[in-house]
Amino acid sequence: MSSPIVHVSGIRKTYGRTVAVADVSFDTHEGEIFGLIGPNGAGKTTTLECVEGLRRPDSGAISVLGLDPAREKSRLQGRIGVQLQEAQLQKRIKVWEAVDLWASLYRRPLDGGRLLDQLGLAEKRNAWFMTLSGGQKQRLFIALALINDPEVVFLDELTTGLDPQARRAIWDLVRGIRERGKTVVLTTHLMEEAERLCDRVAIIDHGRIIDVDTPAGLVARHCPDRTVVLAADDPAAEAAFQAIPRVDGVSHDGGRFTIRGRGDDLVTNVIQCLSEHRIRVTDFRTVMPTLEDVFLTLTGHSIRD
Amino acid sequence: MLRGLWKLTWIEIKVFVREPLGVIGTVGMPVVAFVVLSRVFGGRPTRGVARIAADVPAFGAILIALSAVLSLITVIAIYREGGILKRLRATPLSPVTILAAHVIVKLLFTAITLGLMIAAGKRYYTLPPEVSLASFTLALLFSTLSVLAIGFVIASVVPTARFAQPVGTIVLYPMIACSGLFVPVDALPAAMQRAAQVLPLTYAVSLLKGIWQGDGWSAHVGDVAALLIVFGLCTALSSRVFRWE
Repeated sequence: MSSPIVHVSGIRKTYGRTVAVADVSFDTHEGEIFGLIGPNGAGKTTTLECVEGLRRPDSGAISVLGLDPAREKSRLQGRIGVQLQEAQLQKRIKVWEAVDLWASLYRRPLDGGRLLDQLGLAEKRNAWFMTLSGGQKQRLFIALALINDPEVVFLDELTTGLDPQARRAIWDLVRGIRERGKTVVLTTHLMEEAERLCDRVAIIDHGRIIDVDTPAGLVARHCPDRTVVLAADDPAAEAAFQAIPRVDGVSHDGGRFTIRGRGDDLVTNVIQCLSEHRIRVTDFRTVMPTLEDVFLTLTGHSIRD
Repeated sequence: MLRGLWKLTWIEIKVFVREPLGVIGTVGMPVVAFVVLSRVFGGRPTRGVARIAADVPAFGAILIALSAVLSLITVIAIYREGGILKRLRATPLSPVTILAAHVIVKLLFTAITLGLMIAAGKRYYTLPPEVSLASFTLALLFSTLSVLAIGFVIASVVPTARFAQPVGTIVLYPMIACSGLFVPVDALPAAMQRAAQVLPLTYAVSLLKGIWQGDGWSAHVGDVAALLIVFGLCTALSSRVFRWE
């Protein structure tokens, strides 16, 4: 594999007696969407701001595109795009003015008008920042992060506070960034966002990385349990279900059976059993563990705490 | 080096003008205060008030400078509180560029306010023939710049906009008392005289009064030097203590 775009090795950052980041290491590779996931206060933003060169870690090493963000900030700035958590612009700055200002700061900016068009902001180009909706503001911040045609883009809690529809629209835009061959590093406390958007995620809690993998890989390793819930009116079915290999338990409530087991073959085995025993089924669904469950398994607490 | 300065300055001018209350506060307030004072003292140059009458233009000028400083402090505090400074920090813009853009905006509006004041004051004052308007304007811009530098230091550290205004007022208004604007510095108590010597407003008042009374710049080299030193020191200090968030 080629050398990593972002290389973070053992960074630590404290504020007085508060340890914001205890020990964080990870690598991000070219062309992937990499997510730092964890609850609020886990150290995601501090980590990202160290990588962006906005903060200097107390110890540890960071390299972004082969540069040290703390010492070579000005050389790096032209090659990265940044969106900050809870940032604002001047209330009465117009959308096109912000894009125009940002474009003037870089050597080879993209066409601002076309960028606004691609992000669905063309109609809003003369609107004041304060009049934009939450989703429009975030799209403008994405435009500002992309204006210098960066090689890597950092997005911090991009969809926090947005409604589900605006969130989905933003996800499509982020996938669009990856399709242009850019690398994306983002933070989120929304497990669904991480699962749908990220190629790989690092789970971070209390300032430490707990594990790094693809979302599916994390689920397979830490939460191999699978559950099938089905409705059938055959009282003899329970014994048949219990005989399926790698089934840990079967319970039923009225005509509703819950079959718990492990491994990816469970669903296939249940279907095979149903057809062998000619059991008539009126409802069938599988319950897969999510990153949320992985987080709970790994940290012992829910991400919402 | 100051990449983006002119674009940022132009945007800040537009953003400032788009908020009518801010414009009225910064530009209108000193003009109104000046007109009121002129009506009281300016129309009747009888003995006793004659000296005050002669000082009203200098007083008006100082008001303009203070108004500019308070406005600068507030704007920077709002930008810090709202995360605007932090967002700008993640660009190639330097803090010097950001402050410089605001200083240029303030100086521009200082000149505009002075113009309005001169227009409004025509009824009360005839410009003495020995006074050069260009010199007075220059003296005012110079004084404003120096007092603004104190504003940089305050603006660099005040955490929120709510604190900015009172902190600015507490620092700036007592300076007026020591500045020799109302009472000549020689007539002040010893402690206030010592304070007056280190406060830039004293030199600004001396410069503005002098130029208005027809002095040449050569008579005020000391004032100019003092204002320059204050500007240099405060700028250096604020660049060290500047907080982005």
